[in-house]
Amino acid sequence: MLEVKNLRAGIEGVEILKGLDLTVKPGEVHAIMGPNGSGKSTFAQVLAGHPAYEVTGGTITFEGKDVLEMAADERARAGMFLAFQYPIAIRGITNAYFLQSAVNAVRKERGLEELDTLDFAETLEKKLELIGWDDSLIHRAVNDGFSGGEKKRNEILQLAVLEPKLAILDETDSGLDIDAVKAVADAVNTLRSADRSFVIVTHYERILNYIAPDHVHVLAGGKIVMSGDMKLALELEAKGYDWITEGAAVAT
Amino acid sequence: MSSSAIDQHVKEPYKYGWSTDIESELAPKGLNEDIIRLISQKKSEPEWMLEWRLKAYRNWLKMTEPTWANVRYPPIDYQAIHYYAAPKKMEGLTSLDEVDPKLLETFEKLGIPLQEQKRLTGVAVDAVFDSVSVATTFKEELKKYGVIFLPISEAIQEHPDLVRKYIGSVVPPNDNFFAALNSAVFTDGSFVYVPKGVKCPLELSTYFRINALATGQFERTLIIADEGSVVSYLEGCSAPMRDENQLHAAVVELVAHEGAQIKYSTIQNWFPGDEEGKGGIYNFVTKRGRCVGANSKISWTQVETGSAITWKYPSCILEGDNSIGEFYSVAVTNNYQQADTGTKMIHIGKNTRSTIVSKGISAGRSQNTYRGEVKIMKGAANARNYSQCDSMLIGDQCGAHTFPYIDVRNPSAIMEHEATTSKVGEDQIFYCLQRGLSEEDAVSLIVNGFCKEVFRELPMEFAVEATRLLAVSLEGSVG
Repeated sequence: MLEVKNLRAGIEGVEILKGLDLTVKPGEVHAIMGPNGSGKSTFAQVLAGHPAYEVTGGTITFEGKDVLEMAADERARAGMFLAFQYPIAIRGITNAYFLQSAVNAVRKERGLEELDTLDFAETLEKKLELIGWDDSLIHRAVNDGFSGGEKKRNEILQLAVLEPKLAILDETDSGLDIDAVKAVADAVNTLRSADRSFVIVTHYERILNYIAPDHVHVLAGGKIVMSGDMKLALELEAKGYDWITEGAAVAT
Repeated sequence: MSSSAIDQHVKEPYKYGWSTDIESELAPKGLNEDIIRLISQKKSEPEWMLEWRLKAYRNWLKMTEPTWANVRYPPIDYQAIHYYAAPKKMEGLTSLDEVDPKLLETFEKLGIPLQEQKRLTGVAVDAVFDSVSVATTFKEELKKYGVIFLPISEAIQEHPDLVRKYIGSVVPPNDNFFAALNSAVFTDGSFVYVPKGVKCPLELSTYFRINALATGQFERTLIIADEGSVVSYLEGCSAPMRDENQLHAAVVELVAHEGAQIKYSTIQNWFPGDEEGKGGIYNFVTKRGRCVGANSKISWTQVETGSAITWKYPSCILEGDNSIGEFYSVAVTNNYQQADTGTKMIHIGKNTRSTIVSKGISAGRSQNTYRGEVKIMKGAANARNYSQCDSMLIGDQCGAHTFPYIDVRNPSAIMEHEATTSKVGEDQIFYCLQRGLSEEDAVSLIVNGFCKEVFRELPMEFAVEATRLLAVSLEGSVG
């Protein structure tokens, strides 16, 4: 589904990703862990096509398509979703309206009829029921005055409604208390399916205890330096990152 | 997506920039007493009107152009302007059938069909082309309710007592430089009188179109709402794209008697000049309303997207006890546009209340200034004001400025002022793009959300138009 090869990218002339490789198959959940400044968020932003980042080498393909040739909105409509680390507020526009516009943009792309407000309200209700949340965020302006936890929850709600094929979660767990982490993880588990993959970028293994990823990778110095399964995450939790980054420094 | 890709959504050219090829009758360029006599004679005005104009002109000669506004422009040569321009064959017409089809086409193209079978339902329109009114729809229907809706030049002839009583009673001819100029040379505009207790059954609307070259438009609008009446009025405007700057100096006067309500909405879309800042309309306008009677209400709503320079402060003088003044504004500037706009709320009566909601959006290299004054006079016990000024910046070469003046002379007043500045950044756009919205939709969504509190004040028919207009004037501004 997603194939990243020898990806090099940076911002303002500074290279951050230095030859990153990653293969994600349909239905798989990959966790990418790493110390601060290792390039985790850069990777998430580059996947989504943030204009501030420059790709200087390598390839990204998604379902056989050259992602680097696609604009950010095209990637989104093709089924790539990024849950932001710092979600942005939009005043005066309700979450419901925002989501309806987004859903219709995707439907238009796929040649489906756009949903009117009533149809969409029904869809939304079903999604809320699915992830077991109430509708308290729906009629408020997008992330406007939301608490940190509400913002993160809102990202997951958008994920649920937009039904992407690949969801990238950029430190969705950071800044959340344990109950909120669990609520987010439960929603993600509900949304897991054989044709939907996840890339979960995180600093801590905490959320992974609930999500149980298929693969765990360690990103350091702009590359994946180690891959394994959940045991690796637990090891990192116990030993920290230093032993790996030192090893990586030796390796390069 | 890179910035250059964003730039490729290049500004949609000004949609109303075409001109109508029509033979015009022009007064010679320049301004003197003879020109004023000519205008007065063209309009078959009574003697008192001419005297009023001449007095204003003599005052104007002694006045100097104001320089306090936060706008820059080269000196205006008042002798290089035609003060009267009218399509030929306009005189002595008795019905719309006799009007030059080119004029009807012009308004139809602007979305203002005037022919009976095509006119907008629920809206009576006065269509002004350069210095004359082309047609006023639903005149007869309104008459049944006692509502007078006429070009002001006709009102001067048909209802001289009403006009004479009220003209200049809100904006005196010597009020300011541009008001004095307007009083001397005004050519057309609308006159509205709503009698006691009548709720005007239609939206009233005037559409102003500048067409002729090197011409100024000096319209004058006078709206009187008698006791307990209700009226909603909307003006729209546009002009062809010209390399030179053109002057538009209007005066609008509103009078609300006891318990009356006037809602005045503007969608201003004068040609803003091109991307290099060449051409465009200078929009120097004096708009003011008097809440003369108790429990009266005047509400201004404006969406300003056009003009090279805007200089405009729709104001309310709250004389009657418990009277209410409101000002809701969206001012958008792009490229090299400059806007210095805001309001004045003068509280004189007891328990008077005013609300100001101003949204300034600057893009390109434009400068957008909010200037507002709230004055609570000594006798205005328990006056209240709420002001909210929000600025939004798009890009990093534009400017937003806020100058609120507050003058409170009664200790019982309650004043609230809130101001915010935000920036539509790459991150905000990116967030929307990442959800699958196109860039145009993203900008439009963000800006409309920002303006929501003002748009919901517009009459329904025009809220959609305002939303669309905003999207067009900001297209390509992000990058």
